[in-house]
Amino acid sequence: MSLLNNVLLTITADMGGWELFKNSLLPMITGGIKYTIPLTLISFAVGIVLALLTAMMRLSNSRFLRAPAVAYVSAIRGTPMLVQLFIVFYGMPSLNITIDPFPSAIIAFSLNVGAYASEIIRASILSIPKGQWEAGYTVGMSHSTTLKRIILPQAARVSIPPLSNTFISLVKDTSLASLILVTELFRRAQEIAARTYDFMLIYVEAAILYWVICFLLSLVQEAIERRLSRYTAR
Amino acid sequence: MYLSIKGLSKSFGELEVLKDIEVNVEKGKVLTIMGPSGSGKTTLLRCLNALEEPSGGVFTFEDGFSLDFDKKVSKQDWLRLRRKSGMVFQSYNLFPHKTALENVTEGPIIVQKREKKQVQEMAERLLAKVGLRDKMHLYPHQLSGGQQQRVGIARALAIEPELMLFDEPTSALDPELIGEVLGVIKELANEGWTMVIVTHEVQFAEQVSDEVLFMDGGYIIEQGPPKQVLKEPKEKRTQQFLQRILNP
Repeated sequence: MSLLNNVLLTITADMGGWELFKNSLLPMITGGIKYTIPLTLISFAVGIVLALLTAMMRLSNSRFLRAPAVAYVSAIRGTPMLVQLFIVFYGMPSLNITIDPFPSAIIAFSLNVGAYASEIIRASILSIPKGQWEAGYTVGMSHSTTLKRIILPQAARVSIPPLSNTFISLVKDTSLASLILVTELFRRAQEIAARTYDFMLIYVEAAILYWVICFLLSLVQEAIERRLSRYTAR
Repeated sequence: MYLSIKGLSKSFGELEVLKDIEVNVEKGKVLTIMGPSGSGKTTLLRCLNALEEPSGGVFTFEDGFSLDFDKKVSKQDWLRLRRKSGMVFQSYNLFPHKTALENVTEGPIIVQKREKKQVQEMAERLLAKVGLRDKMHLYPHQLSGGQQQRVGIARALAIEPELMLFDEPTSALDPELIGEVLGVIKELANEGWTMVIVTHEVQFAEQVSDEVLFMDGGYIIEQGPPKQVLKEPKEKRTQQFLQRILNP
C-alpha cells in the first residue's frame, strides 16, 4: 500500500505534477496514434496472413511444406522478441540491408505474431470435427472449398479468444520498438521522463494509456465473439 | 442395373475391413446393409461416396462410368464418383454456422453454381417435403435431432444425386424421433429413389428394402429379398444377429 501512496503523492503533492501529467498526455497519445496503434494493426494483419499460411503448411501432407513451417515457428518461439527486433534493425545493416526503425519493427512483430498465431489457427482447424470435412465433400466440395466455406468460419470462432490474447500482448510488446528508436508511446514517455525526472508519474501515465487501449480492444473482442457465436447454443 | 461392384476390398493398414465384395445396386431399388458393428457395412457405404479409398475392385455405373481401384484413380474421377451420390450421416454433420435453408442451398449454389433464386425455391420445397418449412431459418442447434437429420436428408437431395446413401440415419436419435426420419426415407423409396441404407432397424428394413445384404467380418454372408434374409435366414450368423437385436 505504501507504493500506491507514493504514487498518489507524486501525482498530487505538488500541483506541477498534475500540470506535467496533462502536458505529457498529448505527446504520448500522439505517439500512440502515430506509431503504437498502426504498428499493432499492421503487424497483426500481416502476422495473421503469415499465420494462416504457416498453419496450412503445417497441416499439409507434404514434408517439404511442413518442415520450413515447423522450423519457423520453433525459431521465433525459441528466441526473445527483443533479440529478433535487434537482428532486423541492428543486424541487417551488416548484410548491407538497412531498414528504417518503423518498417524494422513491422517486420519483427509480424514474424512474431505469425509464429504464435499459426499454432492457434492450426489447433482451431484441428478442433473442427472430421464430419464437417466429410459433409463438405459429400455436397461436392473440394478440399479447399470445404476449408474456406465450412472449416475456417467455424475455426475462426474457436480462435478469437486466444488470438485476442496475442493481439493484446502485441499492443504491449510494441513498447519494445522504443529500443530501436521508433517514437511510439513509450519512447515519448522515456523522453519526457528524461527531461523532467518525474519517472513515476510519467511511466504510470504511460501504463494507464496502454491499459485504456487494451480495455477498448477487449470490448471489440467481445463484440466480435458475440457476432461469431450467434449460431451456437448458449 | 445402376451400379455393379466387383472385387471390392479395403484395408486399413494390416486390418482387412472389406474382402472381395460383389454387389449390384439396382436402379430405383432400395438396398439395405445390416450386420454387427465392425462388419464393414459403414466402410462399404463410405466407399460408394469416396469417403474411403478402396484398396481394390471395380465400380461400373449404368452410364458407362467405370473406376478401377487397382489402378491409380484421377482426382476428376474421385469428384465424379462423389458427386453421383448424396450422403446422410449418423451424426447429421450439418453445418452449424448455417441455417437449415443455407445448409440445403450450399452445395447447389457453391459447387454446382446453379441460379440462386431457383435453388432457394427448390430448397424450400425440399424442406417442406421433410416437414420443416417453418423451421428453415433456424440454426441446427435450435432443432431436435430428428429435425436435424431431416435437414440432412434435404441437403443430400438438393445436389440432385443419382444415388442416396444413408449411414445409420437413426442410430443417434431418441426412440420417439426415429419414426419421423424413417417416414421421410420410406417416402423417398416410394418415389423411386435408388438408395443404399445401413441400418439396425429390422422392421424398417423389412418394409423399405428390395434387397437386404447381411455382412460380417468384412464379407457378405447372405443376401436376398428382405422376407428371406430377415424372416428365414439360411446362415447361422444372420440368425444369431437377428435374434440378438430382436430380443435384446
